[in-house]
Amino acid sequence: MSQGLKLENATIQFGGLKAVSDLTFHVEPGTIFGLIGPNGAGKTTVFNMITGVYTPTAGSIHFNGISLPGHQPHQITPLGIARTFQNIRLFPSLSVFDNVRTAMRMHLTGGMGRALLRGRAWRDEEATVEANVMDLLEIFDLGKLRHEMATSLPYGDQRRLEIVRALATKPKLLLLDEPAAGMNPTEKEVLMHLIKFIRDKFDIAIMLVEHDMKVVMGICTRIAVLEYGIKIAEGSPAEIQSDPKVIAAYLGTEETAPV
Amino acid sequence: MEQFAQQLLNGLFLGSIYALIALGYTMVYGVLRFINFAHGDVFMLGAFSGLYLNRWLGPSLASLHWSISLTIILVLSMLICAALGILIEFLAYRPLRNRPRLNVLITAIGVSLLIEYTGQHPAVFGATQQPFPALIPANNISLTGNLAVTNTQMIVFVTVVLLLVALRYIVMKTRMGLAMRALSLNPTASALMGVNNSVVISFTFGLGSALAAAGGILYASLYPSVEPFMGIMPGLKAFIAAVLGGIGNIPGAALGGLIIGVTETLVGGYSSVVGLPTGYKDGVAFVILILILLFKPSGLLGKTEREKV
Amino acid sequence: MKRYQAQITLLAALLISFAVSRISGQMNDYYLDIVLTAGISVILAVSLNLVNGHTGQFSLGHAGFMAVGAYGASVVSIEMGPPLLRLFGSSEAGQGVAFLAALVIGGLAAALCGWIVGVPSLRLRGDYLAIVTLGFNEIIRVILQNTKPDGVFGGALGLGGIPSTTSIFWVFGAAAVCIYVVTAMIGSTWGRGFLAVRDDEIAAGSMGINTTRYKVTAFVVGAFFAGVGGGLYAHQKGAINPEGFNFLKSVDVVVMVILGGMGSTVGVIAAAIVLTGLNEYLRDFEQYRMIIFSLLLIIMMIVRPQGLLPATLFQKKGRTA
Ligand SMILES: Nc1ncnc2c1ncn2[C@@H]1O[C@H](COP(=O)(O)OP(=O)(O)OP(=O)(O)O)[C@@H](O)[C@H]1O
Ligand SMILES: [Mg+2]
Repeated sequence: MSQGLKLENATIQFGGLKAVSDLTFHVEPGTIFGLIGPNGAGKTTVFNMITGVYTPTAGSIHFNGISLPGHQPHQITPLGIARTFQNIRLFPSLSVFDNVRTAMRMHLTGGMGRALLRGRAWRDEEATVEANVMDLLEIFDLGKLRHEMATSLPYGDQRRLEIVRALATKPKLLLLDEPAAGMNPTEKEVLMHLIKFIRDKFDIAIMLVEHDMKVVMGICTRIAVLEYGIKIAEGSPAEIQSDPKVIAAYLGTEETAPV
Repeated sequence: MEQFAQQLLNGLFLGSIYALIALGYTMVYGVLRFINFAHGDVFMLGAFSGLYLNRWLGPSLASLHWSISLTIILVLSMLICAALGILIEFLAYRPLRNRPRLNVLITAIGVSLLIEYTGQHPAVFGATQQPFPALIPANNISLTGNLAVTNTQMIVFVTVVLLLVALRYIVMKTRMGLAMRALSLNPTASALMGVNNSVVISFTFGLGSALAAAGGILYASLYPSVEPFMGIMPGLKAFIAAVLGGIGNIPGAALGGLIIGVTETLVGGYSSVVGLPTGYKDGVAFVILILILLFKPSGLLGKTEREKV
Repeated sequence: MKRYQAQITLLAALLISFAVSRISGQMNDYYLDIVLTAGISVILAVSLNLVNGHTGQFSLGHAGFMAVGAYGASVVSIEMGPPLLRLFGSSEAGQGVAFLAALVIGGLAAALCGWIVGVPSLRLRGDYLAIVTLGFNEIIRVILQNTKPDGVFGGALGLGGIPSTTSIFWVFGAAAVCIYVVTAMIGSTWGRGFLAVRDDEIAAGSMGINTTRYKVTAFVVGAFFAGVGGGLYAHQKGAINPEGFNFLKSVDVVVMVILGGMGSTVGVIAAAIVLTGLNEYLRDFEQYRMIIFSLLLIIMMIVRPQGLLPATLFQKKGRTA
């Protein structure tokens, strides 16, 4: 059984469009794996295939030896995969605290019966959840904002809250879709530290989709490059930076035309 | 066998009217992505405007051939209802553009109830059933063997076919039709390409309402009694027809209408054979709806739309 | 004591309804009838709010579930009343247990239907679901209407001779239980899942929330209490017929939920009471009643879609649950 996330020839087709073709890569535990590529290259689609939002039309995806395709998103999360969304998807009518609390629900042992009886077991469990949520919020400096409505936070805090909410599911692999979008250079700097901090503190692997090259090159252990759904390169940041195909894909020079 | 053919034929006539109403649902859904719950009530208003126009204009039209007076009444009713449809969209739905779809649906239910209960008021139509005049003189045409068709049924069917051809021309061959199609594919892009979306939406409501009005008059010609709640059931069945065909898909709506009409008539005709009450025919459409949504939610001719994440 | 606040409140509410029902004999029958109707409306509105408000599904078929409960409970009372009374004794307590059994059986029958409707809801959202539930409402009505006139369901004419067992105690007791169940669910970490499903199904799914299970649960619990409400209604009126549970009855409940504020239990309770009162007040203006309600619906959606007493009004800063 191989550890980490493994895609083999993963392919997905929307009608006539092959959004991702024959994609193969391996994210090892404890690493930060970057997935980059021009707009529409298929990066978000890869996340959607991994998390069960879409089902690949061909190929395989395994996480710690378990095959993912065919599982619903809510079945994949408990295996230890959590994500954020490119267009932030917090629960708008819930407070900051409750946004994280809902993600903790997964670790409850009791369901409706306990919630109705409200006995000792229920109270203990709620107290634990509350403490865990507060711990997480404090780590990310969101404790003071816990009663605010999630969507009333400034943009950067919303992105951070989405990461906290994902972490509350206690993942082994965290998928971040363009976490630096809309941030200024200082905020990006802070974010880079934060991502490395998360990897170390929670001992998890992180997959990062990001357009900001400084962020990607600064923190990723390994990077794969997508163009039109096809992987055109994979390697260390240094290798990627000097790869002519990657440069061509990003600058769009004429030399890209296949000979 | 002959009885079966007869039932099939009756179902076809009824279904052609469902098809006409279903088109309005489908076109509005195409451009606005919402179910215009009040569409069945526009159908009812169409039937009533036919009734009143005949009452007021009847004496002056008496000298004309019935086909001409029918055409005049039909066209006038369609114009009146087109105007009403545009007005409804402008007053109730336009303020809600870009609001959650559910809010618009609730508003549509409100509009529907408002029309029905206003119509029920004694000063408007009144709650009692009123007989609908025979705009088409009744006599039976016998087809081969024992198949009987009234000429009302024939005229209804021919009118529906003519209207469908006209609609197809408008949607496929005119600039407005092109704009409608563009808007239903991508509202932002169509606005960027210089389409005035608001005008197109008004036009779509007008067009759909005109077809519903025609449907109302034709329906009332087949089942000659009208009342303010008469639109609910045919409206719902036509909506189901639109879903069955694939909502947003114009040929699909026509096909769905025919299928619903035929199934309903067959169930009505044959349920007693298998020992079921004939009253079950009123529930058939809903059973079809649940089945189609379970097994092929995109409908027979519709394309699946997946939410992009 | 503070720990058991919710349970104690429920118990107190039950005791008070019992005490009040002891003295309600002195009440004017006309007002008693209005009070009972208001209480039943509260049950219907709070239970529909679980589906339409908290879970964000749009059911237009609450009257269908109510019908199942009404017919279920009535049939139990009429057909099985004597054997039940023999079993529990015909003392007041025995009659009470028999009525409780009838209500619960009606509620369970409705809950079963809620499950059947909830399962397709896993694939549908928004407006489609509204139409499917409406269709379900119609199917129930058509089936009841086409039963044999001399059978247990009485066909189109309906059922008569249902014992008038419904009292202040039963109505307010059931309302208290219904409110308790809904608030206890929503107020727990587990129950926050309903709100997450309403806010964003995709995000909820990726938080490990089984959105289907939550939706079905909401439908089943909502339908159960609609069924209990129906049973109480049948034993209040003494006679029921299929037409009384048509989709316009569902709309009545929807109006309460929307006016009060979807997702706001307090708002919905207030709306149920006020609208029942208004209904009585407008009885002499029957022709205008629905015109006013439908206008209200349209104007609310344009001007104040969150309802008159939205849930956000009651979210105190500094408290989480
Ligand atoms: N549900 C869907 N149906 C049809 N096409 C889709 C769907 N989801 C994605 N696509 C298409 O797949 C392609 C890849 O999209 P994707 O969102 O994965 O790109 P991306 O690399 O994340 O781009 P960006 O950097 O802009 O976020 C696009 O052409 C997109 O239109
Ligand atoms: Mg993307």
